[in-house]
Amino acid sequence: MSVNLMPCERPVMIMPKIINVLLVGVGGQGTILASKVLTHVAIAEGYEVKMSEIHGMAQRGGSVVTQVRMGEGVYSPVIEPGEADFIVAFEQLEAYRWAHFLKKDGVMIVNTQKIVPLTVLIGAATYPENILGDLKERVGRCIGLDGLKLAFEAGNAKATNVVLMGVLSKYMDFPEDSWRNALVERIPAKLLELNQKAFAFGVAEAK
Amino acid sequence: MKTLMTGNEAIARGVYEYGVSVAAAYPGTPSTEILENIAKYPEVYSQWSPNEKVAMEVGIGAAIAGARAIVAMKMVGVNVAADPLFTVAYTGTRAGLVLVSADDPGMHSSQNEQDNRLYAAFAKIPLLEPSNSQEAKDMVGLAMDISEAFDTPVMIRITTRIAHSQSLVELKDPLERQVKTFERNPRKYVMLPANGRARRLVVEERMHKLADYSETVAVNYLEMQDPTIGIITSGIAYQYVKEALPTASILKLGLTNPLPSGLIKEFAAKVDKLYVVEELEPYMEKEVRLLGINVIGKELFPPYGELSVRMVSEKISGQPGITVAPAFDSPIRPPVMCPGCPHRGMFFTLKQLKLIVSGDIGCYTLGAMAPLEAMDTTICMGASISAGLGMIKAHPEMAENMVAVIGDSTFLHSGITGLMDVVYNGANLTTIILDNSITAMTGHQENPSTGKTLMGQPAPQVDFVALCKALGVKRITEVDPFDLAKVKETIKTEVAVPEPSVIIARRPCALIIKNTEKPLQVQDCNGCKMCLKLGCPAISFDQENKTAQVDQAQCTGCGVCINVCKFNALRKAGDDNA
Repeated sequence: MSVNLMPCERPVMIMPKIINVLLVGVGGQGTILASKVLTHVAIAEGYEVKMSEIHGMAQRGGSVVTQVRMGEGVYSPVIEPGEADFIVAFEQLEAYRWAHFLKKDGVMIVNTQKIVPLTVLIGAATYPENILGDLKERVGRCIGLDGLKLAFEAGNAKATNVVLMGVLSKYMDFPEDSWRNALVERIPAKLLELNQKAFAFGVAEAK
Repeated sequence: MKTLMTGNEAIARGVYEYGVSVAAAYPGTPSTEILENIAKYPEVYSQWSPNEKVAMEVGIGAAIAGARAIVAMKMVGVNVAADPLFTVAYTGTRAGLVLVSADDPGMHSSQNEQDNRLYAAFAKIPLLEPSNSQEAKDMVGLAMDISEAFDTPVMIRITTRIAHSQSLVELKDPLERQVKTFERNPRKYVMLPANGRARRLVVEERMHKLADYSETVAVNYLEMQDPTIGIITSGIAYQYVKEALPTASILKLGLTNPLPSGLIKEFAAKVDKLYVVEELEPYMEKEVRLLGINVIGKELFPPYGELSVRMVSEKISGQPGITVAPAFDSPIRPPVMCPGCPHRGMFFTLKQLKLIVSGDIGCYTLGAMAPLEAMDTTICMGASISAGLGMIKAHPEMAENMVAVIGDSTFLHSGITGLMDVVYNGANLTTIILDNSITAMTGHQENPSTGKTLMGQPAPQVDFVALCKALGVKRITEVDPFDLAKVKETIKTEVAVPEPSVIIARRPCALIIKNTEKPLQVQDCNGCKMCLKLGCPAISFDQENKTAQVDQAQCTGCGVCINVCKFNALRKAGDDNA
């Protein structure tokens, strides 16, 4: 049986390293669909891919994380503190919570949407005030954007995840065509047009 | 063709490819998606059973009758299924029988962290541990072959990181599905003591044969590199070792009961320093020590939680890894009952009435969290009612001051016998069945009360009222959990009555209904904050205006908060002056 290394069918492109992408958000924000688009691109480009997510109780409005690792000789499906090349945060507080997972020269993309956790709603904790400021002080490349607003403009608030993938696409070395294909492959036909628009808004935002 | 799959999807694919005909399970994280994915292959009969013991027995029956069968469960489910498991280890089966145990190191979604590899050793059955999705799929085939060749059930043990991680899997065409004929053989299958004693010897003999097999099976192999460091490992720990120590020599074990003692000795002789890297219990380490081999294991690695690449690297090299910036101080975001959840008002009322609550396992266990904080015990599936009975036997006066709370699926899983005991042994316990018409926490699976099967067929529905009556409960009240006045009055009455009683609170889970209510509006709020005590994610406090505010995107208009507002400040849209 095949057990360890999983050779890819396509020639593996020259990669300097393993690329680690962390998608963080709140249960129900669509991190999983976003990761499906991203892994589709990576596989199409000949990368070995591992991806990890936590199901179960956390999905009930809790903090969620999807981890995507790509590159030759990627074994562990888990990204550790200080090792993420990219963090895509679907919500500000989640960006804050996971910031220490970013590499020193990593890129952080933050949707400025705020979803206040119950601990704050009931007055047991306070929502940190200057999240974006604190992040920009620590992170060399921190991109904040109102992804929710852009998704609204594209036609549906739920497309925020695809707006964020549009931004991410400008910071990764994958060809644009590959991203476009992934949208076609991974998004239901009747939602494709608005998601393509959402993706383009994200790309424009990153420029 | 290669496809990205979770371990659970890959096991389901293996079931399809390797001729399995019958699959049964009770849902439980991280195992749930195994059966959900098997159900996508109509060639395989698949079902949700009321609990894991039943699922195991369905699998046993199918395999004795001649069909390849698989059962899947989370690790605590194996406790429930242990009784049939230990005896089918004696009888063996006619066709392959495989149990998948999905363990949860780190307790992402579980009440304990038991290492079920010990069950395989305890029950004397072979144990396979895949380390990625490809192996998870392949090992379904291997497990079926071992099961049939050695006439034994086989356990495949996965962990959360195998179950819920995706890696590439090569798909194959399915084998032809063949079901053998049933053959009567009572001396093999009727475990009277005389027959059991005979089979007991067969078990020992089989383990000896399997020990020889373990030496040569392809899933146990050496990866010799730098001989200064040698690592024995299995499962997800293998992936951490490969990444942390790319030049180390490895003995990778896929069949870990029985362990290959010859291979272990050979490997130990070839390397300078020998380690065992395994999550949770020192299961392999103890076996290696029994061979008289000096090995380093749990003196470096904790017997709890998950391992990681960094931990393996730091502990074995003795060098600290990269320094990481400290985490920002962030308020926690725990899971919460959803807006519109039918459980919320119930727990609000239980807290108001200051009752002791014997709790159970499901979404409603979140009733233990702030601000509801209305749960005093949660042990395992079904324990609410029977533990409540025990509390009353310890303190009879507690009957007037307590309730047991259990969901529909959990009641059917293992609450029925507890309620029977309450009636039989006469405890004045009030049991509240929270019937939200679905097995919600694990992601909305059908159960015997929902009217549908896993494969999408219509099914008869358990009638909870008739069931409780048949158990001998005379007082049964049905309430709408959104009607808090009625809920409160009913609980007060039933708790005071000196006989067993059942309250059935019935409302479908907010996530399975098409909501037609409009979000609520706030008008003339005086800022008393009473509604915040419901812990609804749609209600917050506007610090500037000192009023409650309702998130229009999240509010389902369930109206539970209208019940608690004494000032009529929360209103349905268009309802200006209620």
